[in-house]
Amino acid sequence: MASADFRTCPTTGLKVHLPAEGLIKANAVVAVVAILIGGIAALAVLLTRLPAVHILPADWFYRLLTAHALDMLVVWIIFFEIAGLYFGGTVLLNSRLAAPKVGWLAFILMVVGAGIVNAIVLMGGADVTFTSYPPLKAHPAYYLGIILFAVGTLIAVGLFFGTLAIAKKEKTYDGSLPMVTFGLMCAAIIAVLTLLHGAAIYIPTFLWSIGLLPSIDPSMYRLIFWGFGHPSQQINVCAMVAVWYLLATLTTGAKPLNEKLCRTAFLLYVLFINVASEHHLLVDPVLSTAHKIFNTGYVMHLAVLASMIHAFAVPAMTEVALRKKGYSKGLFEWLKKAPWGEPGFSSMMLSLLIFGFVGGITGVTFGTEQISIIRHNTWAITGHFHGTVVGGTTLAFMGLTYYVVPLIFRREIISKKAAQIQPYLFGIGVFIMANSMMFAGSYGIPRRHWDITFAGTAFPYAFDPTAMLFMTLAGLGGLLAIIGGAMYVLNTVGSVFFGKKL
Amino acid sequence: MSIVSPEKGWYSEPLDKEEKVWVAIALAWCLLTFFLMPVWHVVGKQNPSSESYRVDPVKFNEIATAFTEKYKVGEENGIPIVHPPAGSDVFVVAGGYQWRPILELEKGKEYRIHLSSLDFQHGFSLVSPKFVMNYMVLPGYDYVIKVTPTEAGTYSIICNEFCGMGHHIMIGKLIVK
Repeated sequence: MASADFRTCPTTGLKVHLPAEGLIKANAVVAVVAILIGGIAALAVLLTRLPAVHILPADWFYRLLTAHALDMLVVWIIFFEIAGLYFGGTVLLNSRLAAPKVGWLAFILMVVGAGIVNAIVLMGGADVTFTSYPPLKAHPAYYLGIILFAVGTLIAVGLFFGTLAIAKKEKTYDGSLPMVTFGLMCAAIIAVLTLLHGAAIYIPTFLWSIGLLPSIDPSMYRLIFWGFGHPSQQINVCAMVAVWYLLATLTTGAKPLNEKLCRTAFLLYVLFINVASEHHLLVDPVLSTAHKIFNTGYVMHLAVLASMIHAFAVPAMTEVALRKKGYSKGLFEWLKKAPWGEPGFSSMMLSLLIFGFVGGITGVTFGTEQISIIRHNTWAITGHFHGTVVGGTTLAFMGLTYYVVPLIFRREIISKKAAQIQPYLFGIGVFIMANSMMFAGSYGIPRRHWDITFAGTAFPYAFDPTAMLFMTLAGLGGLLAIIGGAMYVLNTVGSVFFGKKL
Repeated sequence: MSIVSPEKGWYSEPLDKEEKVWVAIALAWCLLTFFLMPVWHVVGKQNPSSESYRVDPVKFNEIATAFTEKYKVGEENGIPIVHPPAGSDVFVVAGGYQWRPILELEKGKEYRIHLSSLDFQHGFSLVSPKFVMNYMVLPGYDYVIKVTPTEAGTYSIICNEFCGMGHHIMIGKLIVK
């Protein structure tokens, strides 16, 4: 292996494999493009949901809602995660990437897949929303695009495992995997399980769309789809927690207090999180009560235990690191003197708080039989997952970007001031929006609905004015988050192109 | 440091007191909520139904149409109003962006509501200023919900599962007398 393939980072002393660096850059760039497209769709959808504004016609509302969900939940997050896997597998292990050409193949498949999906959705060929529940049928290209994307992802994940194997064989590191890489590995294992579920449901659905299968059973589809749909969010949870550990170390030099405890918690995710996804089916026909209770009661809570452990371990290791720096007066000096102006630190802490208190707690409560009756498919569910995926995962990834740009792209962030404010704007915006969505949802405001005033229908129903107030608040929070998101995209793109070379 | 390999012997490092206490609290809380799930199913008075049958949408529509014609008492905006006998099996059909028919139920009597769809997946969402109640309605499956209305009034049924471009106009009614 030629050492010419490596450079040494002057700031961190880490060895960077150049072909891996190229792939990390490419994946990160597409991730940011996706969040830009998804963000524009988010603005249009948000302004339509506000009854006072209501800018889009119905068909474009559902179309952009579909695009928003796919670009944010799938394209943005997965491209960022693949960049993260290559980083954790090579840079943190001093290793080379097993087969860069395979990485480019995966990249091309994912870009082509995402491109096809976006094109067919915007052309009006797939007005089916993210879940595409049959018998609603999209153009075959829609399912094909998703399958291509998933195959690309599976190849990239395989490349990560291959890289772990050669790093171990070539002894590029000593002892066990670093915590961050271990967490990413757990995310990658969940990704394999998730993608297999995806294959099991999208391939038959694709065959149905081209007429080779007579029908898809709606109940069977829901069961297997959610074996893909929810665990894909657990990849995000797992990767997000790995990023928390990474950011805590980068910003305060923190070190996990008990490696075994944190690693056991990651394993709990791998073992239990997939089955827990049946909480989507609590008010469905077909499944028995015992089945529903076992999966969402017993299994889900063991995955929750894992989050509880991380929610303790990450702030605890941060506290210990800051106390060692001398901020040890009283109970809270460490918290007061913490580097709140560092975007990596603020986004890590905000992500942890929003994920836990907004997304996590509501996830556990909505995932019970009785509460599901009053919350299922209301806007409260949208509030829940904006707490986990946007306030949690996306915010953590945004915080990490401010380190990826100098370390990997070797460019200085053009506006440090904007980077400082951005996590707060975005975090607080998502916090207000997610909570308001949940309050509005508790009045029965449905999710994915173009007109909750039911204008011109046979039997109009007027929701409680309080629900309307919460919808307006959700709109304001959402606008704040979109401003934060725009600042993130502008600052990142600006820095990559025009930032001072490091 | 989370970005370098842990020191040798990390596996046998014991937990600190704070860690033990936290794990114990978290585990106790998880176990409590876990046990509450089945317990609440028995103690609580409102659980999701698990009674359902596979059904041919055409057959279901025939049965529901016969039921509607038999007990029809009126019509509103082209949707029939039916007043079925107290305590009987009643039918609500989702399809064509409509909920048919409008049921007129009696307060304090138990009914078995059969829900199914003729076309896409729908979300049966009974809304009122006082409560919300949601069930999934799938084509090919008859979902039976046992209901005893406790308060007179007119309730709206909206659709909260995306079912196509007319999703937002899909709204029906249920009357309790």
